[in-house]
Amino acid sequence: MEPQIVTRMADGTLTEMTRSEIRRDLEDGVQEAVRRAKVEPLEADELDHLLEIFASPARFTAVDIGDEVMLSFDGTGAPQFDRIGGLLLYEQCLAADSLELFHQDYSYKAVKTLVPHEQMAMKHAQERLTIPVHYGSQPDLGRYSEPDGPCQNWSMLLPELRIDEARAAQEQAVELAVDDMVHVAEALWEVGADGINFDTAGAAGDADLLATLRAVETLRARHPDMGIMIGMAAERVLGAHGQLTYKGTRIAGQWPAGQQKLVEEAGATIYGPAVNVNTGRSGAWNTSRALALVKPCCAAAGIPVHMNVGMGVGGVPMHTVPPIDAVSRVSKACVDVLRLDGL
Amino acid sequence: MPVAHAVAAGMGGMRAAGDLVARLQMAKGMRLAAAKTYVAGRLGVAERDLSDCAAMQEARAEHGLGQIYEGEAPHAFDPSPLEAKANISRLLDLPINCITRLDARRGA
Repeated sequence: MEPQIVTRMADGTLTEMTRSEIRRDLEDGVQEAVRRAKVEPLEADELDHLLEIFASPARFTAVDIGDEVMLSFDGTGAPQFDRIGGLLLYEQCLAADSLELFHQDYSYKAVKTLVPHEQMAMKHAQERLTIPVHYGSQPDLGRYSEPDGPCQNWSMLLPELRIDEARAAQEQAVELAVDDMVHVAEALWEVGADGINFDTAGAAGDADLLATLRAVETLRARHPDMGIMIGMAAERVLGAHGQLTYKGTRIAGQWPAGQQKLVEEAGATIYGPAVNVNTGRSGAWNTSRALALVKPCCAAAGIPVHMNVGMGVGGVPMHTVPPIDAVSRVSKACVDVLRLDGL
Repeated sequence: MPVAHAVAAGMGGMRAAGDLVARLQMAKGMRLAAAKTYVAGRLGVAERDLSDCAAMQEARAEHGLGQIYEGEAPHAFDPSPLEAKANISRLLDLPINCITRLDARRGA
């Protein structure tokens, strides 16, 4: 009988699996990605390597010396500290390579009303911190719909089959969102931010991502030196509108390889794919699936690819305190297999 | 969680040269291998040294790039964050936004 190995589910709970079961989960995760996204499967030696990572009894694992990658963050800080104190914590104590100043109401629409105060915070951050500090928030297109915004609520129109009205509402929201994102980004750049992050782009579907791409295109044209990061919300862009295109490419339905091309075309300098976990499956299953989905864009990318490996993405368990055994396995798996530029 | 990723796979930030590589990636869209080669070349160190905090603390002190403030070893006469970033900008030949604006305000 095979010995049981302690491993994790993607909801963070400990479980036990045999080596064969872990291998089967790794293969199943890859096949799920192949089936859904029509990507190539991982190579046999890559699966072998993942098996060694996930079948290890070690509490912690890490990449080889020399294989370290850049760590970019969203939302750096801690509730136990003030905002600048939180950034200093990450710089001085948590070995961050870059930082993000953000507002708790993490939406460009919300931040627009507070821009002067965010500018002050960024000014202080740049005076007290040495490592790069960018500003980040979310496009959050849904905020532009009723009751929070001026546009009709397409989430309510769609079930009523009022498709044309739903599309028109999203197109109206896109225009408003682009204005807000450009306004905030330029304001923070003006006081010395090292760059801008558009987090969870595409969260409200293809219109959400279109707004982000257009904002980035505008910013790139006006500010050739601006660092711009686009982090995605999910592995596939939902077609809430369905007919939107960016430079001739339909946005709805794009997987990471397609998303990366759009992001690069718009003028971003870092692309962050996101693959959401299935909490009912193991960490091994989720990680192998995520790697298979993202692998196509890593070699082809002309800009850095930073896999999103926060809570519930990239194979990291969906838990408020993700266990370090699971997190470190995802780190090593992503770096070793994808040869990506950061996490 | 950030600690786990940093220890498992990170370049070490200001403990080593992670922030320098980060600047090239963020500002120039430079991929990791190219960014490491560039930074190592400008610093005059081996690429493997970039994530070695023992090697990089010496290099950072030598070039005035800022160091971690440890309780056992305060660096009262080290450059301030703004000074360090000015030095980083010069060393990497890379405009840093806040330094560019500071210089403009000061007429430098």
